[in-house]
Amino acid sequence: MSKPNEAKIIGASLPRIDGPEKLSGAAKYAADNHLPRMSYAYGVFSTIASGRIQDIDVSQARQMSGVLDIFHHGHFPTLYRTPSSMEQENKVDETRLPFEDDKVYYPGQFVALVVAETFEQARAAAYRVKVDYASEKPIADLEQALATGEQPKPHGESGHERGDPASAFNQASNQIDVIYTTPMETHNPMEMHASTAMWDDGSLVLYESTQGVIFARNTMAKIFGLPVERVVVHAPFIGSGFGSKLWIWPHAVAAAAASRQIGRPVQLVVPRQQMFTTTGHRPATQQHIQIGTDAEGRLVALSHETVNATSMVNTVAELAGRCTPTLYSCSNVKVSHATVRANIGTPTAMRAPGAAPGLFALESAIDEAAVAIGMDPLAFRKLNYTEHDEGQDLPFSSIHLMEAYEKGAEKFGWSRRNPEVGSMRDGNELIGWGMAACNWEALKQDSEAHVSLRSNGTVYVSCATQDIGTGTYTVVAQTASAVTGVPVDRIQVKLGDSTYPRGPLAGGSWATATVMPAIAKAAKAAIEELKTYATGDDGPFQEASMDDLQFSDGQLSDGNGKSITFGELLKEMKLANADGRATTSGEMNSDYSYNSFGAHFVEVRWDPGISRLRVSRVVSAIDVGQIVNQKTAANQVEGAIVMGIGMALYEQTEYDPRSGLPVNNNYAEYLVPTHADQPPEVDVLLLDHPDYNFSEFGARGIGEIGITGLAGAVANAVYHATGKRIRSLPITLDKLMA
Amino acid sequence: MRTFDYARAETTGQAVSSADNSAFLAGGTNLLDLVKIDIMRPDTVVDINRLPLKTIERMPDGRLKIGALVSNTTLAHDPIVRSDYAVLSEALLSGASTQLRNKATTAGNLMQRVRCPYFRDGVSACNKRDPGSGCSAIGGFNRSVHAVLGTSDKCIASHPSDMCVAMAAIGAGIVVSGPEGERTIDFLDFHLLPGDSPEQEHALKPNELITHVILDAPIRGNRSHYLKLRDRASYQFALASSGVIVATSGGVVQDARIALGGVGTKPWRASRAEQSLRGKAPTQANFEEAARIAFEDAKAYKHNAFKIPLGQQAIVRSLTTVIA
Repeated sequence: MSKPNEAKIIGASLPRIDGPEKLSGAAKYAADNHLPRMSYAYGVFSTIASGRIQDIDVSQARQMSGVLDIFHHGHFPTLYRTPSSMEQENKVDETRLPFEDDKVYYPGQFVALVVAETFEQARAAAYRVKVDYASEKPIADLEQALATGEQPKPHGESGHERGDPASAFNQASNQIDVIYTTPMETHNPMEMHASTAMWDDGSLVLYESTQGVIFARNTMAKIFGLPVERVVVHAPFIGSGFGSKLWIWPHAVAAAAASRQIGRPVQLVVPRQQMFTTTGHRPATQQHIQIGTDAEGRLVALSHETVNATSMVNTVAELAGRCTPTLYSCSNVKVSHATVRANIGTPTAMRAPGAAPGLFALESAIDEAAVAIGMDPLAFRKLNYTEHDEGQDLPFSSIHLMEAYEKGAEKFGWSRRNPEVGSMRDGNELIGWGMAACNWEALKQDSEAHVSLRSNGTVYVSCATQDIGTGTYTVVAQTASAVTGVPVDRIQVKLGDSTYPRGPLAGGSWATATVMPAIAKAAKAAIEELKTYATGDDGPFQEASMDDLQFSDGQLSDGNGKSITFGELLKEMKLANADGRATTSGEMNSDYSYNSFGAHFVEVRWDPGISRLRVSRVVSAIDVGQIVNQKTAANQVEGAIVMGIGMALYEQTEYDPRSGLPVNNNYAEYLVPTHADQPPEVDVLLLDHPDYNFSEFGARGIGEIGITGLAGAVANAVYHATGKRIRSLPITLDKLMA
Repeated sequence: MRTFDYARAETTGQAVSSADNSAFLAGGTNLLDLVKIDIMRPDTVVDINRLPLKTIERMPDGRLKIGALVSNTTLAHDPIVRSDYAVLSEALLSGASTQLRNKATTAGNLMQRVRCPYFRDGVSACNKRDPGSGCSAIGGFNRSVHAVLGTSDKCIASHPSDMCVAMAAIGAGIVVSGPEGERTIDFLDFHLLPGDSPEQEHALKPNELITHVILDAPIRGNRSHYLKLRDRASYQFALASSGVIVATSGGVVQDARIALGGVGTKPWRASRAEQSLRGKAPTQANFEEAARIAFEDAKAYKHNAFKIPLGQQAIVRSLTTVIA
C-alpha cells in the first residue's frame, strides 16, 4: 500500500462520482421503478385527529374505473409487529401497523388504501371513500398535552446527574433560569417517501426510499413473518431523508401487503401533505435551563430538563440535553428528558436529533449567562472549556474546539465586535454578531464489505449502506482507491441493496466512519487473494512467497523489477477476479469519549423600518477528525448551516388547536430557506485533525454537526442586534416587532 | 382529482358558451393545484390557450392593453411595463417562482384563489368552499395568509396576488366577454369583499371570460415601487406589501397612489391615505400619517396583529424609496 497515494486520495477534493447519473436522470429512485403489471395505490387519510372509524363506505369508490381493491381495517391481512430493536436492526418509531383497528390516533393516519390501474384512478377513488368518524377532542400539541395535567413520562436511561446542581444553583452568584421552546419540524426531503413492492414466489422485493436497506429488510421480514432471505430491499439512490427515512413507516407495509393481496406490483407515493403527518417529525420541545456562575464567570451549576410531545402510540424522546453533560466544565449538572402524549404522528430522528433543539437552548442560555455578567460570550466559553468529558469522566479521543473558537473568531473578525446591543449599524440595518458551539457524538457500527479486483482492470466494491445524497459513493471509492492505488474512475461502487454485504444505516453521522474500515479491510483481503493466485501454480510469481510481493498503484511486484497489473495477472491466469470480504466491528476503545466539535459565528441584519431579518454571514469552524473529501464535507456543513437557518427563522409545523388538523402541510406555507435566503458569505473551516483513537482513518463523520448550535448562534446575533432574547423558535419578525 | 370533460375553445364565442360548472384553463398553476386536492371540482375544463389574447399593445390614448393570456414573465419584462409601470414589473417579479411565472397568465392571476389552509384542507368549516359552514380561520391559525382590512365575520382570507396590488394602484379596466357581449369592469370593482357571501369572489357573471386588462395611461412624471415584506426572501405570499406611485412637483405631492397586498381581503387601494398626501410635502411625518390613515379601519385577529404595523412600514418605506 502506497502511503503518499493514500494521503493524496483521502482528503482530496473530488466531485461526487454519482453526479452524472443524478444530473442526467439515469439514477433511479423508488418511484422510478415501473414494473410489469404494476398498479398504483393512494391513501385515504384521517381527517380527524382523535377518535374512531364508525363506518367506511367504499361502494362508490369500488365501482370507479380501474379500481382493483380498497383496503381498510375491516379488509386487510393480519400481519405482525416488528420487535423494533436497534440491536436486531429492525427498529421503527411507529410500531402500530396500518389498518390494525378502527382507532384514529393522529390526523393523516392511513385509514384506507385504494389500489387501481393508474395513480390518477387510485387518487380519484380515494376521494370517494366515505369515512364516518366518531371524533373525540384531540390533544393537538405539546402545549395542550402539558395542560392536561398528565405527568410527563421520564426517559430514564438518557438522564444524567453529577454533584449537587440544585444547591449549587441556589448558591451561585449569578443565575439564569429560563425556558426555551422549539416547535415541531418536518424533514421535507425533496424526494417524497415511496414504496414499489412486488412479490415473487413468496418473496418480497421492495424499492423503498430508505436510509437503511438492511433495517428495512429485517423490519419487513418481521412484519410479514418471513425469513430475511425472502425480502430484498433496493435503495440505490434516495432524495435525502434527514432521518425521516431511517425506519419503515406505515406506507411501506401497506404497499407490500396490498401487492401480496392483489398479486401485482404496487407503487405507493406518500403525498407531500402526509409527509407532515405519517412519516415522522422532529417533536416540539420545552426546555428548562438553569445556569449558575461564580463571580468570575465559571459554571457552578447547569441543569437542562426537557419535555417533548410524542404520539399516542409510541414514545420517542427528543434528547435535547445530550450535549449538556459534555460540552462545558461544571461540577454540578443535571439532565433529564420526558415525554407527554398528543394526537400527532410519531416523532423520529431529524438531523442531529436532540442536539439541534438542545444546543439552541443551551447555547442561548450560555449567551444569556455571559451577557448577565458583562462578559464576552466567546471568552465565557473559553473560560469554561474542557478537554475532559466530565459526563463520562473520560478524556476526549481528540478535541480541537479551542482551535475552532480561535480560528472561527479570527476569520469572522469577532474581536471587532462592539458588545453593546444595537451598536453596530449599516444604513437602515442593525447588525448583530452571535456565536455558539457545536457538538455531536462520534459513532460507528459493525459493517461488512466486498471488494473485487477484476480482470478488466477495474475494482468493484459493494456494501449494503446507502448514499443519501451526502457523498458516500465517492467516499467509498476513495477508500478503495487509497488501498489499491486504482483511480476512482476505475472503481465501481454499489450501495443500497440488501443483498450486498451488511452495511450501516445512513444516519447518526456514522456511515463514513463505519464503512471506510470495512472497505479497506476487504480491499486488503482482495489483494491477499491476488497474491495467493500469483504465487500459486500457474502464477507469474510462483517462485516468490506472498510476503515478498508488494501491491501498489494496482500492480503486484516482487521488488526485483518484475511487476504486473492485477488485470493482466488475472487475465493471464484466466481468472475473473480476486475477491476480498471483510467484517469490521463498531466497538470503540472505552478509554475515551468520542465527539465532534465546532463553532459557528453568525451575522444577522435587522432592518427595524421594515421588520426584516436576514442572516448575512456565517463562519463555521468544524472539528470532525480527518476530512475524507473536502468538497462533499464542506457541502455537508454548508447544507447543515442552511438547514439551521431554516430552523432558526422559519420552520414550524402547525396544527389547528381545535381540530388538531395540519395547517401548513405544503411547500408554500411550511417555510424552509430558498436560494435567496442563502447568506451572501458562508465560510466553512474544516480543521482536519485525524482522530486515530477513533479509527484507522481518523474520520468521525460530518452529516449532523453543522446544524447543531446554528440556531443558537442566530438567536444570539439577533439579541446583539435588537436586545430581544427570543426563546421560542422560530425567530419570526412578529416576535421581534412585539 | 375527479374526472372532468376537456374542451378546447378556438374562439372567444366558443369559450363563453361553455356548459355549466366549467372552468377556463389558462396557465393552470392555480386551477390544477386545486382540482388535484379536490377543492375545485369543475365538470368541464375549457382550454383557452389557443385564443389570440397574448399581446401587449399601447393604445392611441396612452393606455396599455394586455391580453388575458400574456404570461406573468412576459408582462414583467415588457419594455413599456418596465419603463412606465415599474410597480407592476416589480410586483410580478416578487411573486411565485420563475417556473410559475412562466406558466401563469394575467387573467389567471386576477382569478387566483386564497391560500387560507381551512379553504384548502377540504374538511374544516369554510364559507368560501361550503357557504354557511362557518370560518375556521377566525379563532384558528391566522398569522400569514389572513387579512386585517376588508374582513367580515364570514371570511378573513387575504387576497394572494402581487400583480393585482400594482394594478389597483395604477388603475385599470378589465374587459370581459360573455354570452351577452363585451363589457369593462373597473379594476377596483372586480374583486369583491367577502361580506356575507365570501364564495362570490369577483364580478364576473357565469361564463364570462376575461379577455384583456387595460391599464390607465401612466401618470406623467411618476415614480413607482413595489415593496413586499415576508418571512423569507423569496417564494412566499406577502405578509404585507405596498405598491406606490408618486408624482411630485414644486416640492409637493401632486398625485399619489397606494395599494396594499397581504393585508386585505382584496387588492387594497388606500384612497384616504393617498388623499392625505396630495398637496403635501413628501416628508417622513406625512408618510407616517398616510400609513396610519391606511390602517384606520383595520381589525386584527389572534395571530396577525403585527400586519398593521408591518403594512404601515411597507407604505412608509416604499414612499421613502420613490422619493429618495
